[in-house]
Amino acid sequence: MIGRRNRHQPAQPDFQVQRAQPVINPIALQLEPDGVQRRALEISHHRLILGLGLFAMAFLVIAVRLAMVTLLPAENDGPSIAAAPAAARADILDRNGVVLATSLTTASLYANPQNIRDPQAIALALNEILPELSVETTAAKLAGDKTFVWLKRNLTPKQQMAVIRLGDPGLQFLHETKRVYPQGNLTAHVVGFADVDARGLAGAERSFDDVLAAGQQPLSLSIDVRIQHILHEEMSRAIADFTAIGGAGMVMDIATGELLAMVSLPDFDPARPGTASDDARFNRATLGTFEMGSTFKLFNTAIGLDTGAVTLAGGFDATNPIRIGGFTIDDYKGKHRWLSIPEIIAYSSNIGSAKLADTFGAEVQKAYLQRFGLLAKSPIELAEVGVPQYPKNWKRINTMTIAYGHGISVTATQLVAGIGALANGGLLRHPTLLKRAAGEVAEGTRVVSEQTSAQIRQLMRLVVQVGSGKKANAPGYLVGGKTGTAEKITTQGGYNKNSRMAVFAAAFPMHAPRYAIVMMIDEPKPNAQSYGYATAGWVAAPAVGALVQRMAPLLGIAPIDDDAPEAQNPLVAMVENPQGAPASAAQIQPKSDASKEKQAKAQAPSPVATAPAPVQPATTGEIIFQAKPFVATPVSTGAALQPAPVAAKPFVPNEDPALAVE
Amino acid sequence: MSFSRADRSLVGQWWWTVDRWMLAAVVALLFLGAILVLAASPAVATRIGMDNFALAQRHFMMLPLAALAILGGSMLSPRQVRRAGVVLFLMFLTLTFLTLFIGAEIKGATRWIALGPFSLQPSEFLKPCFAIFAAWMFALQKTNPGVPGNLISVLVFLVVIGILLKQPDLGMTAVVTATWAAQFFIAGLPIFWVLLLVGLGIAGLVGAYFMLPHVTERVDQFFNPESGDTYQIDRALEAFQNGGLYGTGPGEGSVKLVLPDAHADFVFAVAGEEFGLVVCLLLVVLFAFIVLRALARLLGEHNHFIILAATGLVTSFGLQAIINMASSLHLMPTKGMTLPFISYGGSSIVAIGLGIGFLLALTRRRFPGSVEA
Repeated sequence: MIGRRNRHQPAQPDFQVQRAQPVINPIALQLEPDGVQRRALEISHHRLILGLGLFAMAFLVIAVRLAMVTLLPAENDGPSIAAAPAAARADILDRNGVVLATSLTTASLYANPQNIRDPQAIALALNEILPELSVETTAAKLAGDKTFVWLKRNLTPKQQMAVIRLGDPGLQFLHETKRVYPQGNLTAHVVGFADVDARGLAGAERSFDDVLAAGQQPLSLSIDVRIQHILHEEMSRAIADFTAIGGAGMVMDIATGELLAMVSLPDFDPARPGTASDDARFNRATLGTFEMGSTFKLFNTAIGLDTGAVTLAGGFDATNPIRIGGFTIDDYKGKHRWLSIPEIIAYSSNIGSAKLADTFGAEVQKAYLQRFGLLAKSPIELAEVGVPQYPKNWKRINTMTIAYGHGISVTATQLVAGIGALANGGLLRHPTLLKRAAGEVAEGTRVVSEQTSAQIRQLMRLVVQVGSGKKANAPGYLVGGKTGTAEKITTQGGYNKNSRMAVFAAAFPMHAPRYAIVMMIDEPKPNAQSYGYATAGWVAAPAVGALVQRMAPLLGIAPIDDDAPEAQNPLVAMVENPQGAPASAAQIQPKSDASKEKQAKAQAPSPVATAPAPVQPATTGEIIFQAKPFVATPVSTGAALQPAPVAAKPFVPNEDPALAVE
Repeated sequence: MSFSRADRSLVGQWWWTVDRWMLAAVVALLFLGAILVLAASPAVATRIGMDNFALAQRHFMMLPLAALAILGGSMLSPRQVRRAGVVLFLMFLTLTFLTLFIGAEIKGATRWIALGPFSLQPSEFLKPCFAIFAAWMFALQKTNPGVPGNLISVLVFLVVIGILLKQPDLGMTAVVTATWAAQFFIAGLPIFWVLLLVGLGIAGLVGAYFMLPHVTERVDQFFNPESGDTYQIDRALEAFQNGGLYGTGPGEGSVKLVLPDAHADFVFAVAGEEFGLVVCLLLVVLFAFIVLRALARLLGEHNHFIILAATGLVTSFGLQAIINMASSLHLMPTKGMTLPFISYGGSSIVAIGLGIGFLLALTRRRFPGSVEA
């Protein structure tokens, strides 16, 4: 039967013959193993079964592993090139979701010199595509005996394509992420920058490095780029107008502590931080500590009011300069007469402020400044934070100069937080760069009473209405503030009359305060429009006014009429008509007594003890300011005024006798 | 093609007695190998500056030779297998020895002898032939108590691996050693000696780890992927994943563009990417089928030489397949070893063909008594 195998009669019988009936077969008989060999065969067969099992297991393992590798998601046992870089650094957003920093995947060129046949030719070709790669250095790199050398990080797609077209197997790419800052200079100091290996080196990139590296979700900052832009623009304009060398500014939401804007000028392009000067990378807003000058009079007055050392109707004789320990404290354009507290603020009297400070003394002043956060490093979420400087040995002369902001250097961040506490009802909230959800707003620490805060607001408004800050007015937005012009401390420790810092500390709207603003212009020079002035009132105040005018509508602050009842400030009358204001004339009578009394107190070294004592003109306050009945600050204030331990840096005492500024 | 059972011609007898299932599996492997070499080798050829299909052409020129080796080998009787194996063993032992002096150096090793446009790797042929020789010696020890077969086998083994290590060819040494040890084990080596050999084997591997830098590197990479460059294995694993169940389609894969040995050591990954899990599992099944079927058939075998020779041949074949696939799947440190019949391998495919030919010959159905090995 050709061509067909009979399937029903398989070849089985052959085996059966061999296996089952070996003894019968005569030929097989000859070959039939003897006992020893039979035993050896048995061992062989048993071991073959073992081998069979091992092989079967190996193939099974391979099949299972094959299915797992193919069908299950990738294991994390090594960086993958196909997949996007494992955890891309998280984006940084502003409070409204505008991207401030993001990561883009780019190709970075490296070479395996082992696979480069002609280093010189490749170096020449690469130089054509990437002119920054010099032929000599590239050729030297390619001729080395390493197996990996970086040639250029973060190529553009065009450059990458051109390199691919070279077709050299020794040139290869790794995908990396490049940090991109779409807002460029605008948020340079806030956002900071990261290096090529995505490690944060400055700003939020540095302080939130861990969170960002984890890449879980974008980081929302408190910054609002719209406000940031306006602040940046107004500051730049002021700096240009007065040929200043720089500036710092910030806007804080005083209800939450969130910083809506923070600008330090000059700034830099965060994409190329290496090319920026040290000065441009210096964050004047958080790292620089400066004497804030007369803006401190607000704190000084608040202490006086809060401790009950003085009332708004009180005042001091500013006829003559104070001479103390070889120094002279004088007023800038002084009135040379008795000045009420509102006048002291409106005319920015150093003499009045110093005398007021002398009534409550060093310990009270120090304790209050401590509570305002002015003596400790600001807890803002940045690495670039300056340590405030103040006298180690807080003498009477220091108390008197610190009253008007001299002999103490703080950062703008500390100042804005302090102004915020003065304006918002007396609660200090530390400034934050993180967007706060409604539930996460810090409670705030009470530093002065609501009563004091209300009075300070009237004083701040007064400065803009009739005082040195008139140019900060923004119609309808009830801006209040205080100017401060300080001579900068030189590196030798003295003051430089010709290099000033013009500061304006403000808040608005004064009837329902929401935002605190600090703007500092560094070393402004007088220009033609300013009639030779380069003081804060001419330099920083107008910029703040313009800022408020532009930002208020964006933030939904409704302007109110100048005639509206809440826009009226009773203090205006006191300043405009110091002698003849009908309501105040009678009450202000005890001024000379008060003045004498204060001077007497100045001799007595225990100002706290006098604080709870009923202050006679209390009723005056009621009538004039339509405020709640004045309640003397409870003694608990005194209890809180424990000398706080302060870790102060050695303070170089002010050797310049000309302390009088503005 | 079919022949009458009554056909007593050489071919007719062969057809009716050869294990046709195993033959079919071998043909299937050759067929899949041809397709995969077409898929994987052009990218590699282009990269090393050859004509697109130069490697594929060479493979296709070797395929008929391999087929011839399979057919020729499988037509032999066990006795002829033994004789051919021993003669070829001596011949290729000499040639392998000569590579130490006249060998062409490729990638730092002198394993090849140039033959015009081709290069021959004698150790590839040495591998199956030594399995035959060793089987003969082990069998002699049992059947002829006067012959010190085991001792001769040990001594010759030492000579063989001495030469292989001198080349150096660690992979081949490992396979030859494992094959020889498996044969010795099946031959009934006392358990004490088995344990001792296993111990020596482990000591050898540990020694290689500490003495040979490139072995250290690969083992470290396997156990600690962060320690070094795991580029190749990462790409290979990605390829499998990329391929999924049915693959990206022939020629559509990308792993062959980046892996230097896509046509040889990592051909399994190319298969995974372009043809998918189904074809890869088919490959595993084909290898498993050949190995397990051959071993199973030996359970009914009573001839020492046949059992030991077939064990050696099937072990070296199966082990090579397992090592290659396991390396690609990151089940073990990568070891440059080809996947039998599937990888591009030049002359090695003929050598593997010869080994499989011998295996088919030894597993042919015989009438009792026809064995006189």
